[in-house]
Amino acid sequence: MIHLWVPLMLVCVLAGAGAYGVMARRNAVLVLIGVELILNAANLLFVTMGSVLYDKLRTGHVLTLFLITIAAAEMGVALAVILALFRDRGHIDLSEPGS
Amino acid sequence: MTTLDILFGAVALITAASAVLAVTTQHLVHAALWLVVTLGTLAGCYLILGAELVALVQLLVYVGAVVVLVLFALMLTRAPMGSSPEHSSSSVQRIAAALIGAGTSALFAAVLLPALGGELRPTRPGDTKGIATQLFGTWVWPFELLSLLLLVALIAALAVSRMPPRLPVSGVPSTASGRESA
Repeated sequence: MIHLWVPLMLVCVLAGAGAYGVMARRNAVLVLIGVELILNAANLLFVTMGSVLYDKLRTGHVLTLFLITIAAAEMGVALAVILALFRDRGHIDLSEPGS
Repeated sequence: MTTLDILFGAVALITAASAVLAVTTQHLVHAALWLVVTLGTLAGCYLILGAELVALVQLLVYVGAVVVLVLFALMLTRAPMGSSPEHSSSSVQRIAAALIGAGTSALFAAVLLPALGGELRPTRPGDTKGIATQLFGTWVWPFELLSLLLLVALIAALAVSRMPPRLPVSGVPSTASGRESA
């Protein structure tokens, strides 16, 4: 038995920290870390609901597995883009305009 | 407070603290390492919620692969090893970001907590066999589409990283010179 507010509070904190990371960081890799935190907040919400709702399709857990896969694919492409950006500009500072 | 509450709360405190540290630390490499702690303890949270398959996949994919990718990217972009305050944004931007982050948290809390927060629910057993049956039964087409997505992402990452660099030729449009050098 678990009180649902405990995992839900963690979802809120993770999403807020991720949003802060996306907006406050200048390094592109650190922005990606914020995106990962937001995705993990969504994952935790899926798992929490999948663990307490008795649906036959196991939607929460299965969708979490899908989301983890999508996040891995997104990470691969995003890091390739960041490396291309670094080769082109010599830095990955998002606050400076591109040429 | 039940036993699961206390267990989950203890792990959740570590997760929340390391998540906040991952987005606030000035060391670039420390941010990636705090992300490891966040993702690892999040796997512990999944374990406490009874989702052992998801917890193991989280450990394998996130802690095993994604964090290694992040560290690789930090190394390949020549991230400074020490504290680098010159890379941090202005205090105005940070305060605005903190306000928006807190607003996001408050919005989520305002939606989720009144709807579900007060309930005391039993957690469901992990039932890996049942999840596998559903995954390869009901969810088999999305699953196969995901393998296609992974293939596309692999090819896209390869194509993007093989893109020729722009040549710094003055007077010539840079995109055209980039195309010609291919």
